[in-house]
Amino acid sequence: MIEGILVEGLVYSLMVLGVFITFRILNFPDLTVDGSFPLGAAIMAVMITQGASLWFGLAISFLGGLVAGMVTALIHNKLKVPNLLAGILTMTMLWSINIRVLGNRANLPLLRQTTILTHVRAMATDVMSSVVAVLIFFLAVTLIAKFLVDLFFRTDLGLTMGAMGNNEQMVIATGANPETLKLIGVGLSNALVALSGAFVAQYQGFADVNLGQGIIIAGLASVMIGEFLIRSNRIWILTARAVLGSILYRGIMYLGRYYGYYVNLTPNDLKLITGLLIIVSLVITQMRTSKPKALLVLPGAGGEEAPPAGAARAAATGKGAL
Amino acid sequence: MIRLESITKVFNPGTVNENTALRNVSLHVREGDFITVIGSNGAGKSTLLNLVSGTFMPTAGKVFVNDIEVTRHPEYKRARYIGRIFQDPLLGTASNMSLEDNMMITYRKGFKGPRISLNNRMRGFFQERLTHLEMGLEDRLKDNVGLLSGGQRQALTLLMMVLSEPELILLDEHTAALDPKNAQMVLDLTMRFVNEYRLTTVMVTHNMPHAIQYGNRLLMMDKGEIILDVDGEEKRSLTVDKLVRKFHEIRHRTFESDEVLLSEVE
Repeated sequence: MIEGILVEGLVYSLMVLGVFITFRILNFPDLTVDGSFPLGAAIMAVMITQGASLWFGLAISFLGGLVAGMVTALIHNKLKVPNLLAGILTMTMLWSINIRVLGNRANLPLLRQTTILTHVRAMATDVMSSVVAVLIFFLAVTLIAKFLVDLFFRTDLGLTMGAMGNNEQMVIATGANPETLKLIGVGLSNALVALSGAFVAQYQGFADVNLGQGIIIAGLASVMIGEFLIRSNRIWILTARAVLGSILYRGIMYLGRYYGYYVNLTPNDLKLITGLLIIVSLVITQMRTSKPKALLVLPGAGGEEAPPAGAARAAATGKGAL
Repeated sequence: MIRLESITKVFNPGTVNENTALRNVSLHVREGDFITVIGSNGAGKSTLLNLVSGTFMPTAGKVFVNDIEVTRHPEYKRARYIGRIFQDPLLGTASNMSLEDNMMITYRKGFKGPRISLNNRMRGFFQERLTHLEMGLEDRLKDNVGLLSGGQRQALTLLMMVLSEPELILLDEHTAALDPKNAQMVLDLTMRFVNEYRLTTVMVTHNMPHAIQYGNRLLMMDKGEIILDVDGEEKRSLTVDKLVRKFHEIRHRTFESDEVLLSEVE
């Protein structure tokens, strides 16, 4: 049970990192995710059944997500469509595209196909149980992805992107085009999401066009759960808590699935629970920060305002934080 | 250096809210100029700055920078040689990021690739620069900018702008949101930087004595027009009384603005 939760949390954590980038760093609520997640899964499944190299499949899934995100950013940039609507447009169009990718059907099973997990399990025979091997594999994948995301947000490009969600005027003042930054940011975010989809397809053994339904809300809930754990303005902690949030969220969902029947819950109620989880998170955040904040416009790069120690010092010197 | 040629700016043309913010305005900002701009609310001061910076595109007229036409260049392109400070201290920095991150972002202009420049050498350089502000900020490189006071933030914004080496700086009432003590501090710092780095400056202010005291040239605006443009000896001999009288001579009405009159009392 615990291994299952951990693996699921890790597989989906790439998607959560993507959602974290758009919602928290760019302040660009991006709904493309519901389409780019199954897109990654569909591309990967087709690549596997066609016998392509697994690494090539992952790369193409990544690229597919990148393009999907860039389409959303372009619609938003060039047609001045609000970002939410731009995301919904791409997401809707992707539903049809995903069915095309899957070869005009809604799902593609991967039973008896060689996936990355087949290799992982083969390598682990005689050394450890296949469950542990899969867990270690996804832990490694997640850590590498997290490390690369951390590294990216330490570069000049990444730092500038960090300022985007917080203060677009400042980004303009540095002579950088906010449209270019959104293009790169939303693109990379969806590339991560698609990569997550590609892994989920292999883990679950099928790709389905409806795999992405509600994935954005799951991602957002994970991000918000993570934010309860630690307060910080360091990027490596912010990404770490996104991963932890993903695992915790899967844990909560697992509890709902397996013990929910005691209180008459069915798996169909999980979306309701996810939604309520987000609402509760928002309420608690608002009570904690004491000053009311609009829905989903919570602070950008840092995730939240002052860390408690800093706030205390600011108060002590008589200079309140702005 | 910067030339505005018969600029007209109309907001919401063809609607009931049609509003002509600038009427046929021409202005030549020479290299090394320190221009103060004064005028009552709605005179077009901020619109003038917005047209120079590229935030708005003019309805008619042309903008030249070093004799190159930039009328249609977007704001982010012009920002590569124009530095700007707003009245709101929050607009110059990202509050959820650390001081060092903020300074790194604005240090170089233009699109920056995935390269890591923030190393200990840069941190040392930022620290050294921050000591000149004499606010103890050099020990707070890792703190979020959101923890600083308005005055500290505006001083930091000034420093960050200066380090990016702009050719022209636009100050849009950049001390108006601060308390008198901090306002004076930021103003002193501005003067220090302007002299140290020989910056060409356009400063919009509501404060008449300041407009007279600072700079080598003064513009007075009213209803979208530059009605007075004085420099040299004439500027040096100006007083508030003379300025109010001049306004009356030109416009044949009394100079009225609560804020301007209040600032005379200060």
